[in-house]
Amino acid sequence: MKLSKKVLGMGIISLSGFCAFLIIGAVIFIMANVIIGGHSVISWKFLTCNPTEGMTQGGIFPAIVGTFFLVLIMSLIGVPVGTITAIYLAEYVKQESWIAKSIRFAVNTLAGIPAIVFGLFGLGFFIQFIGANMDKAFSGQGNLVWGKPSILWASLTMALLTLPVVIVSVEEAIKAVPRELREASLALGATKWETILRIVLPNSVTGILTGAILAVSRGAGEVAPILFTGAAYFLPDIPTKLSDQFMELGYHVYIMATQSTNVDSTAGIQYATTLVLLLLTFILNFSAIYLRFWMRKRSFQ
Amino acid sequence: MAGHPLPKGEGLKVSMTRNKEKATKMNKGKSKFRLHEFIIEKSMASIAFVSFAFIILILIFVFREAIPLIIGTATDDFGKVTLKNMLALAWQPVSNSPQYGLLPLIVGSLKVTFVAMGFAFPVAILAALFTSTFAPKWAKEILKPAIEILAGFPSVVIGFFALTVLASFFQHVLGLRYRLNAFTGGIALSLAVIPIVYTVAEDAINVLPKTMREASYALGATKWETSLFILLPAATPGVFAALLLGLGRAFGETMIVLMATGNAALLSPHLFEPVRTMSATIGAEMAEVVFGDAHYNTLFFIGVCLFMFSFSLNAIAELFIRNKMMKRFSN
Repeated sequence: MKLSKKVLGMGIISLSGFCAFLIIGAVIFIMANVIIGGHSVISWKFLTCNPTEGMTQGGIFPAIVGTFFLVLIMSLIGVPVGTITAIYLAEYVKQESWIAKSIRFAVNTLAGIPAIVFGLFGLGFFIQFIGANMDKAFSGQGNLVWGKPSILWASLTMALLTLPVVIVSVEEAIKAVPRELREASLALGATKWETILRIVLPNSVTGILTGAILAVSRGAGEVAPILFTGAAYFLPDIPTKLSDQFMELGYHVYIMATQSTNVDSTAGIQYATTLVLLLLTFILNFSAIYLRFWMRKRSFQ
Repeated sequence: MAGHPLPKGEGLKVSMTRNKEKATKMNKGKSKFRLHEFIIEKSMASIAFVSFAFIILILIFVFREAIPLIIGTATDDFGKVTLKNMLALAWQPVSNSPQYGLLPLIVGSLKVTFVAMGFAFPVAILAALFTSTFAPKWAKEILKPAIEILAGFPSVVIGFFALTVLASFFQHVLGLRYRLNAFTGGIALSLAVIPIVYTVAEDAINVLPKTMREASYALGATKWETSLFILLPAATPGVFAALLLGLGRAFGETMIVLMATGNAALLSPHLFEPVRTMSATIGAEMAEVVFGDAHYNTLFFIGVCLFMFSFSLNAIAELFIRNKMMKRFSN
């Protein structure tokens, strides 16, 4: 082989290898930076106490609680809707029909819409349309209860954002159930719905769980949709009703790092909050990956 | 059946066939209509249409709040605001003489997207080539999880990292005047785009038939010649889809640019100056805007533009790619 060709080849291989390791390096560096910056601030007290002294000291308990309630309500609404959609797509429609195609197109489009546009939709539809009309109907003259940012609207917005994730995961799990199981059930006289309820669904629980976990991970991490649909920086109490606002981990980091009055002195808290958020995301993602791995292992037996 | 000297197995087959014929004749192949099954199926169908319905709802309701601007009834404290105001050269909606020019914002988005894609696309494609062709097994085992972890980072975390570490690093190394600028924001944004481009491109390369690779080797090509001149061109539809999807993500991303680009709506071609992107404008200003004001309508109008842009990118990626892939693999 000509020397110049060999050199060129080696150059390309090293360049592509460099790119690969650049990515790995970036991941490790970001994690290390957040861990080093934040680990000293994390303590049991940090995780369970309220912020004090105008956010410069104390803990982030309300943010953790707010994030928890956000993803809880989001999952309660999003996971059932997504699961039912996936069941319908996988079991009831012919795969080439226009119904299947349009639902799939809708799901793919939803997945590609920028997160901030979901926030705008939350404001324009949930708050200004549904909330305002609810206020007209239920809340007495001039009272602003539902027509303002709150945890309910933020959760619904997030549920819509994470719907594609749930649908795709659950559909994957349902399709993995072997056809023979369904056929045996139908042959024994069960109806289609009975088959789905008692055979297909119990066998796809892992997939449903995976979808839920991935949705929760995404929901806890995305801040853009909740910027003006419900999140707040400092609230005296944790949310007690659906029309309350809430504090949230990611939102807290954003505000504290860009707009708080003493950005430098709260650096430790910023790092620690970021670390908590990162750890949360990690644990969720790894459980989803592990579940998926376990699901594949089981179906090969 | 009595008296027929059939071998054992045959007798069972005959009786089963006879029963099946009987059964088919009774049902005519249709399943029995059950009301509760019908109701369940139709209720599930209506829930399944939620996703489709919401796309339309999103379009309607985001558009709805921008309508006053489009039809010319939007007002601020100083008078009417129309689409013509969008062509102004400055974005200063909160001032004594408000300007609603979208140009600085569009240019800002373009600059940041350009930097992000300019860095992320080559790096991700080369990394995909690396794992699909050159890498030893242990490297693959590290890179794939690393990419998944990177994909899982919330964008706030990447933005925070950019704000604290990357900005200082670039200012120090490149001697920049402004700590937060389009370049820094773009590089941070590329961290979020790389997993998307990598995953789609690597998928596209891996579904190519193994015979293509083997034929190339058999004809004497080296590994790198094969991957660059045979595999990569063959995976063009997938690579193009990766480009489009990455582009869509970069253009619409909000948190990273909010934290790392300096948030100054300057209209300039320089990469090392602060910028304001379209998405960041919505994110930063929507919380404080007066409901029903022209500013409010304009922010929704920007949202409509973002929606249209990502929708078209997605549609093109899907239609174009599916078309090309169908053609290529049906020949």
